[in-house]
Amino acid sequence: MSDLPIADYCVIACSDSWRDCGEVMISPFGSVPGLGARIAKSTHSPDIVLTDGEAALSFGIKPINARSDELVREAYVPYKSIFSVVWSGRRQIMMMASQVDQFGNQNISAIGPREKPKAQLVGVRGAPGNSLNHPTSYWVPDHNSRSFVAAVDVVCGVGNDRARGAGVGATRFHDLRVVVSNLGVFDFAGPDGSMKVRSLHPGVTIDQVRDATAFPLAGLDGEIAETRAPSEDEYALMQTLDPKGLRHKELPQQ
Amino acid sequence: MSKETTLSELVGEIESGMTIGIGGWGSRRKPMAVVRALCNSDVRDLTLVSYGGPDVGLLVKAGIVKKVVCGFVTLDSIALDPLWRQARQQGAVELMEVDEGMFFLGLQAAAWRMPFLPTRAGLGSSVLENTPAFKTVANPYNDGPFAIPGDVGAEFVAVPAINLDVAVVHVNIADENGNGMILGPDPFFDEQFLGAAQRRFVTAEKIVPAGTLTDHGPLERATIHRLLTDKVAATPNGAHFTSNPPDYNRDEVFQKMYTTAAKEEESWNAFVQQFLAGDETSYQQAVSEWRKAQ
Repeated sequence: MSDLPIADYCVIACSDSWRDCGEVMISPFGSVPGLGARIAKSTHSPDIVLTDGEAALSFGIKPINARSDELVREAYVPYKSIFSVVWSGRRQIMMMASQVDQFGNQNISAIGPREKPKAQLVGVRGAPGNSLNHPTSYWVPDHNSRSFVAAVDVVCGVGNDRARGAGVGATRFHDLRVVVSNLGVFDFAGPDGSMKVRSLHPGVTIDQVRDATAFPLAGLDGEIAETRAPSEDEYALMQTLDPKGLRHKELPQQ
Repeated sequence: MSKETTLSELVGEIESGMTIGIGGWGSRRKPMAVVRALCNSDVRDLTLVSYGGPDVGLLVKAGIVKKVVCGFVTLDSIALDPLWRQARQQGAVELMEVDEGMFFLGLQAAAWRMPFLPTRAGLGSSVLENTPAFKTVANPYNDGPFAIPGDVGAEFVAVPAINLDVAVVHVNIADENGNGMILGPDPFFDEQFLGAAQRRFVTAEKIVPAGTLTDHGPLERATIHRLLTDKVAATPNGAHFTSNPPDYNRDEVFQKMYTTAAKEEESWNAFVQQFLAGDETSYQQAVSEWRKAQ
């Protein structure tokens, strides 16, 4: 398949990030990861557990735009009990990041000075605890030098350098997986657990990524893989599970 | 002895400088009648503790909040609350930011009369350095029968008890004895808020005679029991515009109007005049007139 929108590649990259994860809760933030999780569950990872976004485990696989009353609930998991899931490690998350840095520190709290931020965002939420307790990935729909920064303003999700600095209490279950952006897929296989290019989406150049990243990325020299396209089955699932094309609205206009 | 009281008497117990915990989560089942009454009271310098929604934006905008303890402020269907953003971006309010799980443990520690509870959550994040008073604790089990190899030598966050002067939660139905039933999908952390507080207030859509609460729903939904509560007041539609199913869903149109009005001082003043300037009765009347005009 060719000439597909970049969002479709991002969906597959998200889906692949959960390959063989087993029976764990997947918490995807955003339409692209949300669709990716449903495709993963429909194909290579059927044991994935999704929620209704409220207080229950959701049975089966429904489109990302399904109404609450269309969902089938299979167990009661109110907010309080989520910590038992998170802190036991039976979960993987893909959060969004307003800022992410070379070692995978993530910011969703605020941009600018602490006492008087330039932009107050949602807050740290559960990111500090999530990132220390189970596999964590990030989705950044707008990859540029203000989102891929040299240093984040507030460390919410904890990166590899900061986890190391906090000792074994922090590193024991800390497991950063990938960052999926509108330009490519990145992991943390670079020196000292730094960010490294895993693949670039079709049509994305090395210079483009370098200019859009405010820190040195590993893996830019040498051959770089292209993010794989969806298979025909996956593409068909995408149409069924995102009939309104919400995934395309999440990326900046090209 | 009946714990039933009125909204105004309940709010009258809240004093300047107090630390107030507010139940609910985001724009869900917030005790908004109490929030509105506080906005029109003469208390000052409150510390708010909340899984933040429009309660935080409104109280901060009213100028009666010194400090907010939270892990986020959101309106759910609208990601960010403009009043909260403005206040922060003007440097008008202090923030003690905690991880959502740290928050839960802080309330639980207070409810269990412990000075702290340990967790990994917070290690390595800015949460610790932004509140230098947060301390870590060394794993005491580095050897002996209880040692876990992977955690030998570990430091953990010692989340301090978040002690509250007052906690307020809103439920669907309560009885005169101060038992409460939450019929919506999630009890959130209301039990922990009440447990962490010196004075514990419940507002409810309606109050029924003692001994009849379970006529209105399954026993297991009566999660707010009388040992957690001091006073209970009826505030019909009192969580509006946040959600309180099955009584009502979030008033999305009203919430949108709130965020739009909040963008400019002039439109905000008009919103306050139309809805918030009077007491709870006039608020509910204004909302019902507004709805008829839609």
